[in-house]
Amino acid sequence: MGNFDKKIDRFLEIFIEQNGYVTVLEGLKNTLTIAIVGLIIGILIGTLIATVRVLPKYKLLPRVLNGICSFYVELFRGTPMVVQLLIFYYVLFPIMGIKMDGVEVSMMVFGLNSGAYISEIMRSGIQSVDIGQMEGGRSVGLSFGTTMMKIVIPQAVKNILPTLGNEFIALIKETSVVSFVGAADLYKAFNVIGSNSYEFMVPYIVMALIYIVLVLIISFAIRLMERSLGKSDRRN
Amino acid sequence: MIDVINLRKSFGNIEVLKGIDITINKGDIVAVIGASGSGKSTFLRCLNCMEDPTGGSIMFRGVDIADMKVDINEHRQHMGMVFQHFNLFNNKTVLQNIMLAPVHVRCKALKKWNKENPDNQKTKKDIKTEEKERAMALLKRIGLEEKADAYPSTLSGGQKQRIAIIRSLAMNPDVILFDEPTSALDPEMVGEVLELMKELANEGMTMVVVTHEMGFAKEVANRVVFIDEGVIKEENEPREFFENPKDPRLQDFLAKVL
Repeated sequence: MGNFDKKIDRFLEIFIEQNGYVTVLEGLKNTLTIAIVGLIIGILIGTLIATVRVLPKYKLLPRVLNGICSFYVELFRGTPMVVQLLIFYYVLFPIMGIKMDGVEVSMMVFGLNSGAYISEIMRSGIQSVDIGQMEGGRSVGLSFGTTMMKIVIPQAVKNILPTLGNEFIALIKETSVVSFVGAADLYKAFNVIGSNSYEFMVPYIVMALIYIVLVLIISFAIRLMERSLGKSDRRN
Repeated sequence: MIDVINLRKSFGNIEVLKGIDITINKGDIVAVIGASGSGKSTFLRCLNCMEDPTGGSIMFRGVDIADMKVDINEHRQHMGMVFQHFNLFNNKTVLQNIMLAPVHVRCKALKKWNKENPDNQKTKKDIKTEEKERAMALLKRIGLEEKADAYPSTLSGGQKQRIAIIRSLAMNPDVILFDEPTSALDPEMVGEVLELMKELANEGMTMVVVTHEMGFAKEVANRVVFIDEGVIKEENEPREFFENPKDPRLQDFLAKVL
């Protein structure tokens, strides 16, 4: 494995002396921004869609909205993220004359995409909250929306926190496709280092380690949040 | 106070209420009894449109609240409801449970208030302080002020139900509807809840109570209503109702429960 030592030396040379770490930090920043902004947009869209989908259905408007929402969900769940990125970046935005760089487009597409998934997660969360909570809120004269926001959704979020964590982890890992639209993420950074040194083994191992560390940190943070949200629970 | 005229309710093809007429006057304590499946809970839940009636009208505060066009939220603020399973907000403390609706409603009407009362301007913070004081006073009344910061999951059934009752009281309702308020309680806790309901009755609160507690119906109510097969089969003052029932189905029912 003397060969391997040489490879490590070569990697360290590029990483430290030739400022490879700057590229990596930039990539890390983009990866995190895309995943975090995507998650936030996703939670907003997902909550909105989930709320529409649990509306009572005897009036026309909720039924129409419900139809639009299920179309949206099926559309974004039915196509791969890469395809959505390519379509927005190379087809829709040029036609509409919108100029956005790769990172911005990625944030948006990640948000739209995870919104479709989170809407289903959120819907199951809302349905897991006892119907009596909604009735309790309505009985004191609060509107459907107010009861939803103040009573039902906070309890739903608590129930789905582990699944939301999964979604966030999936988003972090899926950012590795954003170089398709020219965004410089973690994967892109290590690919650049690899190309410069004609040596990919060490960069790819280091890249995998960074992904794992990111995911471990997120899992830990979610466990902390679960504990602090669990203070109204009987168990624990 | 509440005029119910030919109230009907169907779930799909099943007609549960087949035309109910009753007038509830201010200060009335109406006990509603009947076998399970008779429609008594549905009747009560229709009164504040928790279930939307499919026919008839419910006149309350001068409007027909069965009409889907009225702002039902506004009318529910004057018509409290207490549930069999308490339905306290699990993510809120006891104090927040009581304060939430009054604070929300008053803050929403704050602009209007400040316009109409130029000498008595208020901020959201004033409202919160006032409502907190009122909520604490209500808690003190039922002897649970030390539970103000506890979550519902840590309370006994009796405590939860008494808090649910003062939660609806906090809105200063004209009438409170009780949907089998003691049916989910352990026997030793039924007393404390009935006691609080008796107190309210003595203070002149208008109440409609669906119940299996015949003792409460006899002692506290001034009118007892027997609902069967989706209609009111018999209505009378309690003594006459229990001692001299006329409807054969009621005679049958009373023979079983008494």
